[in-house]
Amino acid sequence: MLEPNVITPGYATIQQLEVSNPVVRSEPRRGVQDTSLASIALVVFSTLIAAAAQILLRFGADNLGDGGLTGILTNVSLIGGYTCLGVNTMLVVIALRGGQLSVLYPIMALGYVWVTILAPLYFHEIINPSKMVGLVLIIAGVSFIGAGSRA
Amino acid sequence: MTTPHNSILLVLLASLIGSLAMVLLKLGADRHRDKRAPSQWLMPIGGGIALFLASSVLYVLGIRNGSLTVLYPMVSLGYVWALFWARWFFNEPFNRSKIVGLSLVVLGVFFVGMGNS
Repeated sequence: MLEPNVITPGYATIQQLEVSNPVVRSEPRRGVQDTSLASIALVVFSTLIAAAAQILLRFGADNLGDGGLTGILTNVSLIGGYTCLGVNTMLVVIALRGGQLSVLYPIMALGYVWVTILAPLYFHEIINPSKMVGLVLIIAGVSFIGAGSRA
Repeated sequence: MTTPHNSILLVLLASLIGSLAMVLLKLGADRHRDKRAPSQWLMPIGGGIALFLASSVLYVLGIRNGSLTVLYPMVSLGYVWALFWARWFFNEPFNRSKIVGLSLVVLGVFFVGMGNS
């Protein structure tokens, strides 16, 4: 008697089905990791923390002066910035457990969007048409990658 | 504003090291998910964090001089390196949405850099 999990002769293998049936072929290939919605959401959230880190590091770099090593180690903005980078890294590692690197990493480009939107509040910068176009392209690109990973 | 070659080199190096940091973090994350021994995932994650810090120090030094129009898009090249590393190390396939999406992202970062100059 056949065990239930033994492949019965006459049944097509998955490879044969992939060739003959385009619907089966569109299924994710075995061995390639899917990217969970939770991972995508976590990375999107982490980009907010990364943006805070960027702004704090920028503050720190602007106020660095010639204080040498002591100046760097006592620079509150730099310390805050690197702390945010640490938290960001932790969130990224948790997110990477549940998804592809080549999907999740480009999503982090959203950090540019937050920084560009937040920078005018802190650094007397403006959002000009060129930046606007850039932000739209980044958001479109990230959406494309995110949507493609869920198709 | 002219951009010194040193700045370009520093930022390019920062993007390369940043993308390799992500590879190590992904390796560590996968091993942690697969419930491997702590020594198996602590090493790559620690290495990833070290590269991440090195990358951001190079980045801060790199963007102190030079035009952000040139330097900004070069940072986003890290995503392009990572696309190749991900295929090489983790068998993640190239597909149309990744290539089109990433092209839009790099172009977008270029425009943001133009607006910053």
